[in-house]
Amino acid sequence: MSRAKEKPEGAPRYAMTIDLDKCTGCGACMVACAVENNVPPAQSGANDRNGTTLMRVYAMSNKQVYPHAKQVFVPMTCQQCEDPPCETVCPQNAVEYDWTTGIVAQIPVRCLGCRYCMVACPYHARAFNWWDPTWPEGMEATLNPDISTRSRGTAEKCNFCHHRRQLARERAVHEDREMCEDEYQPACVEACPVGAITFGNLEDPNSAVSKGFAKPEAFAFVEKLGTKPKIRYLSSQKWVHDMARSGVPGKEATNG
Amino acid sequence: MSNQTRGGTRRSLLSRHMGTLMFLAGLIGMLIFGWVFFPPMLYTSTEQPLQFNHKIHMDEGGMECADCHPFRADGTFASLPTLQQCAECHEEPIGDSEAEKAFIDEYVTPGKEVNWYVYSRQPMNAYFSHIAHVKTGGFSCEECHGDHGNSESIPPYQTNIISGYSRAVGGQAMAGREVLPTEVMRMDTCSDCHIKHGRRTPCLECHK
Repeated sequence: MSRAKEKPEGAPRYAMTIDLDKCTGCGACMVACAVENNVPPAQSGANDRNGTTLMRVYAMSNKQVYPHAKQVFVPMTCQQCEDPPCETVCPQNAVEYDWTTGIVAQIPVRCLGCRYCMVACPYHARAFNWWDPTWPEGMEATLNPDISTRSRGTAEKCNFCHHRRQLARERAVHEDREMCEDEYQPACVEACPVGAITFGNLEDPNSAVSKGFAKPEAFAFVEKLGTKPKIRYLSSQKWVHDMARSGVPGKEATNG
Repeated sequence: MSNQTRGGTRRSLLSRHMGTLMFLAGLIGMLIFGWVFFPPMLYTSTEQPLQFNHKIHMDEGGMECADCHPFRADGTFASLPTLQQCAECHEEPIGDSEAEKAFIDEYVTPGKEVNWYVYSRQPMNAYFSHIAHVKTGGFSCEECHGDHGNSESIPPYQTNIISGYSRAVGGQAMAGREVLPTEVMRMDTCSDCHIKHGRRTPCLECHK
């Protein structure tokens, strides 16, 4: 893939690090994500497989017994791969690698609902809308106007809260200045009470996220697949690294 | 005998071309129906709750577009003015037009916002930054919205009965001849201009 050729000069490449040593598995990121992105409350009959969850916290255990038992929580969302397998399989061009931000864009209105992308994604990061979104009466007033709702029959995933970048840019233009990095932060980053998630521009060598990528504790899940994810997890524990290398975390773990 | 033959030939000529004539008549009829009568059936027309004279505000009021259609402090576009903004000048009737009287009695005095129909309102999944176009791009309001500021009345709002969107977004003509945003505000309109100005068009730039 020749991404570099398409990339405009000076364009950012957004990335994220998630520190598993800090994560307590509280699930605030999941809630913040659902609220920010107009994810409707679960329909009756929805379960782990067919409910809509753009951010999901898995519990990953080393499957040992006491006193060797260990567990970490893994917030799993779209890994924003540099070579996204979901993009190449989409028959509709509803998935697009955005070279101006490095975000893998999902455009639900283009989606015809074949779910090929969900099969292709090794991270189970995509959700399918099995139901039309509905909110309890009066709750429509809490919807976020900066992002559209998705209809039944479309796949969706995390877009790194791209609409927040648009708003930050508007404000920067209004105030005649450049946009600062901390102005554009996804909802999960803001919500994390322990500051486990760091978000920023990977093209900037001084950004916190670039420094996080360079740490020896940094790893990506199933790197061997070559999808080049732009989310790195940080852990000081060797068994976590070993397990992340070996397979799909959803398979190893029970849902948290 | 020969007369009869000629008469028979004439009849058979007419009957031989009858099919063609019927086909042409039908075709012309359907074309007229399709191009003249059918398109208006696709739209419902709604009058705005009040008449509004932009020109009088510009000329006699000495106002500019941004006086009533400003940017908010965070750079987002405020679109239509609130009743409070209108009431700053229109607490008492100015002039004696019907619409002015109705505005004061039905809206200003009871403090009720006017439920205007917005001609250029985009579908929910479209994102458009006014400030990026006006301030960074240097566009004037007229380049996309036409000479709306000099209109003396506002036309009925037309809705496409299938999509539910405004006709100003979908375009007036059926054959898709329009290219300028003053005539049509479809995705092609945006992307054509972006390509023309050398701006690239990732999906997320305009979709949310």
